[in-house]
Amino acid sequence: MGVAKYIKDEKDAIKEVIYQSGIKVKPVYTPKDLAAIGFDYDKDLGNPGEYPFTRNLHPQGYRSRAWTTRQYTGFGTPQETNERFKLMISHGQTGLNVAFDLPTQMGYDSDDPKALGEVGRVGMAIDSLRDFEIAFEGIPLDRIGSGLTINAVASIMLAMYQATAEKFGYPKEKISATPQNDILKEMIGRGAWIFPVKQAVRLVGDSIEYSVKELPRCNPVSICGYHIRESGANPAQEIACAFEIAKAYIENVQSRGLAVEDFVGRFSFNLNVFGNLWEQIAKFRAARKLWAKMLKEEYGVQEKKKLFLRGLFGGGGSGLTKEQPENNIMRGAFYALGAALSGAQTTALCSFDEAYTIPTPRAALLSLRTLEILMDEVGLRDTVDPLAGSYFIETLTKQMEEKILDEMKQIQNVGGMVHAVATGFIQRKVTQQAYEYESGIQKGEYIKVGVNKYTEGSEAQTDVDLHEYNEQWADTQVASLNELRRTRDNREVQRLLKALKTAARDGKNVMPALVDCCRAYATVGEMAGVFRDVFGEWQEPSIF
Amino acid sequence: MSVKKIKVLIGKPGLDGHDRGAKVTALALRDAGMEVIYTGLHQTVEQIARAAVQEAVDVVGLSIMSGAHLPICQKLLELMKGEGIEEIPVVVGGVIPKQDIPKLKELGIAGVFPGGTPFDQIVDGIKKVIF
Repeated sequence: MGVAKYIKDEKDAIKEVIYQSGIKVKPVYTPKDLAAIGFDYDKDLGNPGEYPFTRNLHPQGYRSRAWTTRQYTGFGTPQETNERFKLMISHGQTGLNVAFDLPTQMGYDSDDPKALGEVGRVGMAIDSLRDFEIAFEGIPLDRIGSGLTINAVASIMLAMYQATAEKFGYPKEKISATPQNDILKEMIGRGAWIFPVKQAVRLVGDSIEYSVKELPRCNPVSICGYHIRESGANPAQEIACAFEIAKAYIENVQSRGLAVEDFVGRFSFNLNVFGNLWEQIAKFRAARKLWAKMLKEEYGVQEKKKLFLRGLFGGGGSGLTKEQPENNIMRGAFYALGAALSGAQTTALCSFDEAYTIPTPRAALLSLRTLEILMDEVGLRDTVDPLAGSYFIETLTKQMEEKILDEMKQIQNVGGMVHAVATGFIQRKVTQQAYEYESGIQKGEYIKVGVNKYTEGSEAQTDVDLHEYNEQWADTQVASLNELRRTRDNREVQRLLKALKTAARDGKNVMPALVDCCRAYATVGEMAGVFRDVFGEWQEPSIF
Repeated sequence: MSVKKIKVLIGKPGLDGHDRGAKVTALALRDAGMEVIYTGLHQTVEQIARAAVQEAVDVVGLSIMSGAHLPICQKLLELMKGEGIEEIPVVVGGVIPKQDIPKLKELGIAGVFPGGTPFDQIVDGIKKVIF
């Protein structure tokens, strides 16, 4: 994807620059621009670590702590994934970001006919606690935090993570898991949804409520503007959607009698980094400020740390190209630079070969090294929020704030995010934009090096090493599942699944029942099957 | 004299939900004057074959990102044969490594449009496999 519309004259001088969010950029910014937006240091920025946190969440930024790196990892059987986890940790990675295969994400066991050809393909296959025991063997779960990239059945995976930790002797109070658990964004982009909107949001609410009470170090939801941007939203819409989704979850949990102050500090975000460098930086600074302001002013949240917009700023998949794939290594470095200049707390980068394949170990390592070079070699830890006070950046940050608020208003006007998703309002909008964008690239309105400029004629021929899918993984996984079904206490499993059904049907929090099922080695397919029976499945609104 | 519109079924088989490509292509084909039916996500190949029969489409387009294109295409083509609609051409788009293109063609896939194929090439490609 290109990063802005550049309108040029016949001599190639740029006449006009319009960012994706619709902001026009001037050739020169001066103190007059700051005066025009009524720039007020204390109100608009504050010192780093001070409300509204525009500059950074921490007073000294990366001086006190470098970012956490969490490359997305997982494929094949739990055994292969465990080996890759250990490799990434040995290379200095400080947290895990776990990928699950599609059957697991969609709540099917590896032997389900719908799983055919997909077992272990885009992530690791998990059927039961036995698989988690293998995947996390030897990982210090009290020190290494895990992002669990799963949504529709995130409640099941959180329960399984707890059961695994307990089995290894780590008390549940010590473990730190971040299930992605953002089902509304799955319904907008990415598409790994199962249950209807209302029941799906209820499951998110159940896991948040349970974490607040039982898992003090877990962050039960990671709200993903990321995928909405990948689906065609512009940067302002990305943040607006993320915040409106957050509000939908806040309201669900609030309705259970919990105070926002007591749970909102557990929310984290997953936001995208590709696109125009300045627009991304302004986006992140504006987002930190708006989130803190919204929680304080609309929800009365008081405690400083609970106003933090924490999360992973990274990825950038849609910015990468299939053509001339090595160029993606450079792109990734610049996206990460933007994340670092924005004060990202946690990061990860898509690997250069991802338009072709699950990243090979070499490509995944290159991404990690890119992030390490930024922290250790080029001076990005030297001082916090180095761009603060720039006439341009501060003006742009203010303009992004206004754009984000405007987009949020549009969602509120159609009745909030749950309604906007149920009716297809958001899906229609981002799809139309994605189409216009793609057409723009094909017509050369947006420049993409190697795609519509500086092409070499043989781009599609570039050789990339492919991650090999091993058909045997499915056989191994299914054999292990069959063995499990033979050896576990099936009567106990049936009893616990029945208890789960009762909890689901009666509107009780399903988490305790899920933990019991996991401990007894109930399978993901069995637990999700209970929810399918009780809740039914979502019917997508038609958007054409 | 009016020319009959080409009727295309865009199918999203399997569990993968990355549907930006499918939806964007649907809009492009529609802008090119075709009638487009989109199955929605998480379709089984059986559902896609049935929809192709019911809607009496001229061509079936599959969008596959997960890497499972070979088993999915093979199964769909077998089913279509069983339904007696093997004359409807099937084309595929998505994340398709180039070494798999001959394998897909060998299975009987009429056209392959890997991610990044310009819209006009997809439109022309579809016209070519029909006429």
